Amino acid sequence: MKKKLISISLASIFIIIFFVFYKGLKNTNIYTPDVKINYDIPVFSANLFYLNEEVNSANIFKKDKFYLVNIWSSWCVPCRDEHPILMELKKNSNITVIGINYKDNKKNAQNFLNQLGNPYKKIIVDQKGTLSIEWGAFGVPETFVIYNKKIIKKYIGPLNEESLIEIEKII
Amino acid sequence: MIYSVTGHYSLILGLCVGLALVYFSIRNFRNSNQLDTKILAFSFLQLFFVLVSFISLIISFIISDFSNETVFNNSHTTKPLFYKISGTWGNHEGSLLLWLLVLTIFIFIFILRTNNQPIKYKILTVGFQQVIIIGFFLFLIQTSNPFNYLFPVPDEGLGLNPILQDPALAIHPPILYLGYVGSSIIFSSALAATTLKIVSTSWAIHIKKWVLISWIFLTLGILLGSIWAYYELGWGGFWFWDPVENVSLMPWLALTTLLHCILVLERKEILTSWVIILSIATFTLSMCGTFLVRSGILNSVHTFANDPERGLFILIFLFVLIFLSLFIFFFFHQTNKNNSYNFFWLSKETSILVNNWFMMYFLSVVLIGTVYPIFLDVISSQKISVGPPFYHKLIAPFLIPFLFAMAIGPSLKWIRSDLKDKIYLISLLIISILISFFIVKNFNKNVLINTILISSALYLFYITLRDFFNKKYKNFAQNTAHFGFSLLILSILFNNLFSSEIITNLRVGETYDNSKTKIVFESINQKKEKNYKSIVANFNIINSKGINNNLSPELRIYNQPNITTSEADIKTTLMKDKFIVINLVQNQDYFNVRYQVKPFMLWIWLSVILISFGGLMSFFKKRI
Repeated sequence: MKKKLISISLASIFIIIFFVFYKGLKNTNIYTPDVKINYDIPVFSANLFYLNEEVNSANIFKKDKFYLVNIWSSWCVPCRDEHPILMELKKNSNITVIGINYKDNKKNAQNFLNQLGNPYKKIIVDQKGTLSIEWGAFGVPETFVIYNKKIIKKYIGPLNEESLIEIEKII
Repeated sequence: MIYSVTGHYSLILGLCVGLALVYFSIRNFRNSNQLDTKILAFSFLQLFFVLVSFISLIISFIISDFSNETVFNNSHTTKPLFYKISGTWGNHEGSLLLWLLVLTIFIFIFILRTNNQPIKYKILTVGFQQVIIIGFFLFLIQTSNPFNYLFPVPDEGLGLNPILQDPALAIHPPILYLGYVGSSIIFSSALAATTLKIVSTSWAIHIKKWVLISWIFLTLGILLGSIWAYYELGWGGFWFWDPVENVSLMPWLALTTLLHCILVLERKEILTSWVIILSIATFTLSMCGTFLVRSGILNSVHTFANDPERGLFILIFLFVLIFLSLFIFFFFHQTNKNNSYNFFWLSKETSILVNNWFMMYFLSVVLIGTVYPIFLDVISSQKISVGPPFYHKLIAPFLIPFLFAMAIGPSLKWIRSDLKDKIYLISLLIISILISFFIVKNFNKNVLINTILISSALYLFYITLRDFFNKKYKNFAQNTAHFGFSLLILSILFNNLFSSEIITNLRVGETYDNSKTKIVFESINQKKEKNYKSIVANFNIINSKGINNNLSPELRIYNQPNITTSEADIKTTLMKDKFIVINLVQNQDYFNVRYQVKPFMLWIWLSVILISFGGLMSFFKKRI
């Protein structure tokens, strides 16, 4: 009796599995790891650089506003190159510059900002680098322009005068 | 053209022989005083036909016969000869033909080499195996014929996916298939033995050889795939918990457990249900892997064949096999009542049972992680991908008791035993804990879990090391494999803990500098080969001790198909690997540079070789 019960339940489990697989066959599964243009920003919570408190992405990014998310690190040489551009953008009131500090030592990062100035309204700490991966970043520096909680533009590598003009055009 | 025709008709003939074989085995099974010689002859004939078909495909690839659709899709005239040949099994159709070839070779060897088992058992095994073989024949001819004809004949082929143009990958599939297909013999013979109720010690001794063979090949096959992923995919890791890796790991876990159960069954008639279920599970998991990979239901690096029709065929075939084996198991198998699980708590049997349950746990973690996204997608159309953190969190804590059981288990006696030299065991334990505590403490990482993990691996390491001297040649094979496993876990742990990574974007001539490492991007050169152009970047890396290393990673732009691959440059030394890989950043003169220092990489490969060497020794060992 017990044996019969086991065999029947096993058989039905396998039948269910069969149908799930059967249905699964018809769905196409193509995952794209990189963030495309016009995609929603990832949802995350992370620590802030100065205040050491946890924030949610929902609290940082508001609707109908432009944000510029810049992934940077003190050890990254090209980040120094693009720094003046970010300082320039800081003056623009239409856009809020937010930094993601990527795999960095806090002291070095602080030195970096003291030396060159802090263009960021808020800095999110990404010690392990996982957050940047969620954003779809290849490396540092990388910059995202966000509007309405969507990524509308992405720059790989340092920003330059041209990209500054481009960004200013958008906002 | 002529080769395609030859190949195609040999396949059909092979299928006919398969049908004839089923008929002969049924007839022979009814009056079986001796084995019908026709069975042997026809098995040979079948092997011959598949071999002819396989060779014709190889020749079509060598002479670049683009009237053959498979060759057209996967080859190119400018490809080196070696990759033309390996391209034969670097695609869906050809790899299935290879699979079929191995199936027929194995059953032929099985008939030849199985002497002291009942005739009925032999015949029945051939019958079950033919069901599998016919299934594959039909699959091949129906949905993925490697000899489809193209007209008009194109001048040039589409080329083999460049990341597959690699020596490790040329031998990875055949070795892995030997492992997978070996499990099909175990599957058929387990079903035959269950039907005839001869699951006994003598059967265990006979099937052990087959289990070992498939286990060794499966281990080596996984190793090769892993080495390839390490230097070719440019992620700088050796295991990514990618679905395709998981589907090869699952049969391995089942097979390893089976191996341990067989060791018990060799001596005592217990654990018979375990043995049968595991034999079935190993092969169905291999088939399930084939299904998941070939149907395109999961997206991964092995992206050939995204054809739902094929998927449906394997799915139905897979479930036919599952239901067949369930039926046989429930209707024919009877557990031996006198000998049921009445183990003394401290005995080898108990420790093997403990090992089994741990293995089953690991297996289910991997299984759930692999197929759960499919279930979720179907039921709630949510897409998730299960990544390494899931596996690490669920597996790592359970490795600790598992490693301890592995250290103590083998030193126990059968049936009932006491722990001898307890002081010795405990002092070794304390030493391991102390050493690992200091290692971890020094590097200021997550102390508690790492200390415990490393100490359990170290403990196994010491115990097996001691056994080499203590027991001399007794259990040498088992000890080697366990020693290799401890080494593997230690290397993986150290590799994880002490790896360092630098990711940055650099232009030619620029220098990256942190306090420990200086990376100078010196120059780039261009190189032109027969089937690709490449950009070679030269880096000079200086570490804090002032040691200079020149590394030259490459970007290869293949002409056919037009794909860019990055070739990592790796400096391997005994204690660590230095790994650098570059990627193009679109529309910029920057290169994305990823530099990693990975300690104990070489030891990971070596320990896996050691593990399979243990299996090899066991295979050649005479039973005492």
